[in-house]
Amino acid sequence: MKSKDILLILLLNIFTSTVIGQNCTYTFSGIVEDSHDKSIIVGATVYIKNQNKYTTTGVNGKFIINNVCEGKLIIEVSHLACNAKNFELIITEDTYKIIDLEHHIEELEEINVHAELAKKTKTSQETLINAKTLDNFSDANLGDALKEVSGVSSINTGNTITKPVINGLHSSRILTSVNGVRLQDQDWGIEHAPNVDINSAGSISVIKGANALEYGGDAIGGVIVMNPSKFIRKDSLYGKTILSQQNNGRLFSLSTNLNKTTSKGWFVNGNASFKRAGDFEAPDYNLTNTGVNSYGFSLAGGYKETNQGFDIFYSYLSNEIGILRASHIGTTGDLVDAINSGIPSVINDFSYTINNPKQDVKHQLVKAKMYKRLEELGKLSIQYDFQNNERLEFDIRRGGRSDIAATDLTLKTHTVSADMKFDSDPHRIYKIGISGGYQNNFSNPDTGVRRIIPDYDKFNTGIYGISEFSFNGFLLSAGVRYDYNHINAKKFYLKSRWNSLNYDQDFSNIIIEDFGTQYLVNPKFNFHNISASTGLLYQLNPKNSLIFNYGLANRAPNPSELFSDGLHHSAARIELGNLRIQPETSHRFSGTYKFESSKINLSVEAFFNRINDFIYLEPSGTETTLRGTFVVWDYKQVNANLLGIDTNITYNINENLIISNKSSLLKGKDIDNSRALIDIPPFKTVSSILYKKENWNNFFASIESIFNARQNEYPDNNFTTFVATTNTNELVDISTPPSGYHLLNFSSGFDFNMSETNIALQFSVNNLLDTSYRDYLNRQRFFADDLGRNFKIQLKINY
Amino acid sequence: MKTIKLLAIACISAITFASCSDDNPTPTNEEEVITTMRITLTPVGGGSDIVLESQDLDGDGPNAPVVTGGTLSANTTYNATIVLLNETEDPAENITTEVAAEAEEHQFFYTATGINPTFTYTGANDSNGNPVGITFSLASGSAGTGTITVTLRHEPNKDASGVSDGNIANAGGETDIEVTFDITVQGTVIAV
Repeated sequence: MKSKDILLILLLNIFTSTVIGQNCTYTFSGIVEDSHDKSIIVGATVYIKNQNKYTTTGVNGKFIINNVCEGKLIIEVSHLACNAKNFELIITEDTYKIIDLEHHIEELEEINVHAELAKKTKTSQETLINAKTLDNFSDANLGDALKEVSGVSSINTGNTITKPVINGLHSSRILTSVNGVRLQDQDWGIEHAPNVDINSAGSISVIKGANALEYGGDAIGGVIVMNPSKFIRKDSLYGKTILSQQNNGRLFSLSTNLNKTTSKGWFVNGNASFKRAGDFEAPDYNLTNTGVNSYGFSLAGGYKETNQGFDIFYSYLSNEIGILRASHIGTTGDLVDAINSGIPSVINDFSYTINNPKQDVKHQLVKAKMYKRLEELGKLSIQYDFQNNERLEFDIRRGGRSDIAATDLTLKTHTVSADMKFDSDPHRIYKIGISGGYQNNFSNPDTGVRRIIPDYDKFNTGIYGISEFSFNGFLLSAGVRYDYNHINAKKFYLKSRWNSLNYDQDFSNIIIEDFGTQYLVNPKFNFHNISASTGLLYQLNPKNSLIFNYGLANRAPNPSELFSDGLHHSAARIELGNLRIQPETSHRFSGTYKFESSKINLSVEAFFNRINDFIYLEPSGTETTLRGTFVVWDYKQVNANLLGIDTNITYNINENLIISNKSSLLKGKDIDNSRALIDIPPFKTVSSILYKKENWNNFFASIESIFNARQNEYPDNNFTTFVATTNTNELVDISTPPSGYHLLNFSSGFDFNMSETNIALQFSVNNLLDTSYRDYLNRQRFFADDLGRNFKIQLKINY
Repeated sequence: MKTIKLLAIACISAITFASCSDDNPTPTNEEEVITTMRITLTPVGGGSDIVLESQDLDGDGPNAPVVTGGTLSANTTYNATIVLLNETEDPAENITTEVAAEAEEHQFFYTATGINPTFTYTGANDSNGNPVGITFSLASGSAGTGTITVTLRHEPNKDASGVSDGNIANAGGETDIEVTFDITVQGTVIAV
């Protein structure tokens, strides 16, 4: 490898001059990284001024300079898109150094949403997942990758429908921004995972709480910002391909992207990914019908320079996901059988075939954006985006209807937005923005099943102002936002349902047509919401910093909470929305302590979130139909408190050995009824030990231990049901959380260069001990165990 | 300033798209709903039919089904036929034919409490030689008061132990219908 390295240097170096006299036998090597997200910087120049030696970093961001003389080095590291960095170093042996470069602020705004964001949310609890970490999840979901952040968990339906949970909150309480576009994809359902391709993101920011007002004011849980991969303004053609294969589910995944950039600022890039898996396996049985078939691509192009630019973006994603066959049940009696039997009622041999029940979701996104810098004022940006989300859910049906979707929804969203950032004085930055949107949901009546979500039109307008001031080691940010939402729906109600909800007394004026057994009604809602955020960052010294933050957020009820009206086969329950639901209001107070030194990185994030009129689902009784008995779940509102602490510590024992721990503890309480909130993630702690050796081709090996405690605080929603076939009353235990569990994961890899190509190979085993477990936040925990051992091999090629 | 033009076009098209129509949605035609199960019991050797019925005209709506039980004579064998209807449609659709057409995927089960009738599958088996149970015979046994529950399972495991003999315990699948009828089995009245 050494000779290969030397060959590379010869290729990369234009000159190598020698200095005579001293002991000039040392090697100075290292890696140049972006200080924001630790991604590698290709083509940076490393120059030893006083010895007149230089080189540039290769495709892996690494450099090596041989024959360096003993003594002091005066070094300058520069890159086209970055500020040059100067520092001195005394060399007495072969030296390896990691060099962080800061991008030009200007350049950053144009290319990297994160940098802009990082600036905006310096005073909130934000964590960034870098490109390298995301690569490990190229065959997984957004929800899986986000669990890298302490305090973020997921609520699952099986293992392929994974929704992020930030500090105990999920679905409509989390806002996802993809490439500057707020994702609109029917995020209200637990079994509706975000329709994004993780491979199209360069990095991902997770901001806890509604403190990024430019994205929206209703993200009571938090904001997920998927940033596009970085753009380097130079003539270049580069790309990346990741192949991975797993034994569990016999999953194969391929993701590739290609970028062409020019020094003038033009760029074009494309991204494509494909994933296919069959039935996954728990340690003791196959999870029949849990396969997934997913593909997507995106194209982007545009022109970016300091004073003006534009970009257009298009993405398409298709996800066909099988739902565990055994989780499709009829009545509460079937649910009792499933819970009591402990194993799935249907276990077949492995198959790639995805049968019903399944979902087939297609999401398209188009975006056009332009910006212009107005001299001595700031930057003006204008954006238009359109999203089309088609959701088909297939059920096991009678009479040859299984090929007809039981749910067929198309959600179209148009948004126009503009913002102006006044940043001529870097100590006082202001940003104002306005946006307007129109959304239409169409529920296809050809399904032959009553609509779960009705047809509706929704208009919204938002206006916000945010500001940031820095003085004497303090950084203060403040922002306020106003949102107006208008919903105009047309919904059919069975007359019996309409009357049982007492709508005949309160809403008789909205009936527009009588169809005999049902009414067509026209509910209209107007919601005016104010949100605000303020934060203070105090840098005590270079190592210690403190952040305090307060966020006020209001969230208007979503269509599911207002209108939902139907039977969910996976839970033998009838879910009912409520036209009387009002917006919920969150007051979130948080404090963060950070310590950063060369050996130790520590962050402690604590928060208290008071949510007034918290909207939640609760069983309210049972209803009998010809099919049998079902539990009715109603949306209700209570006042709730959430309190939590998330810690993250990394300790570099030496340059080869790193240990780390991430833990989070959360309490959620319904204070009206003095009881615990449902679906609150239990205590979790993840410890890992990593051994790495840079000069063994970046070899690393790590062991990770995940401990998930049992959730001991939960509301008791158990009930008894009469099982006619056995003539007994049986307890339906839908509340008791499963036991805690402990999992071990192993991972190892290395990389090497072949001419201009860097190849990385990684091998990992998840659930090393093949432990059988069930997770409290998995909707299929009533029916089957979670995934068993999984071997995975991944090949990554950077070129 | 080509980009501005492009954006202008984008904005205009957005507004055009946004102009929504005032058309009302059409009601969904619920084809799969079973509102009614009617079981006609004909005594072997003559006598009048007894009809057991469960009718739930609002389907999955909040109203409970109206269930009509019946009185059987003791120690009498009845030939029984099940009819399933979707009465949300006009005229009512006969769902029994759908079940018969998918015989392999369906099976009726009969259980009783408080009384001791015996049930025997009659009629045509499915293509695998397993029972479906649209027709059956019922031997009423001795007098008493109790219930009979009729269950229709979709995609049961008909090969599981006892299932083809009518034992529901290992059947699996999902319940499409589950109705419990109050039944009185009356002993022969002896004139004094």
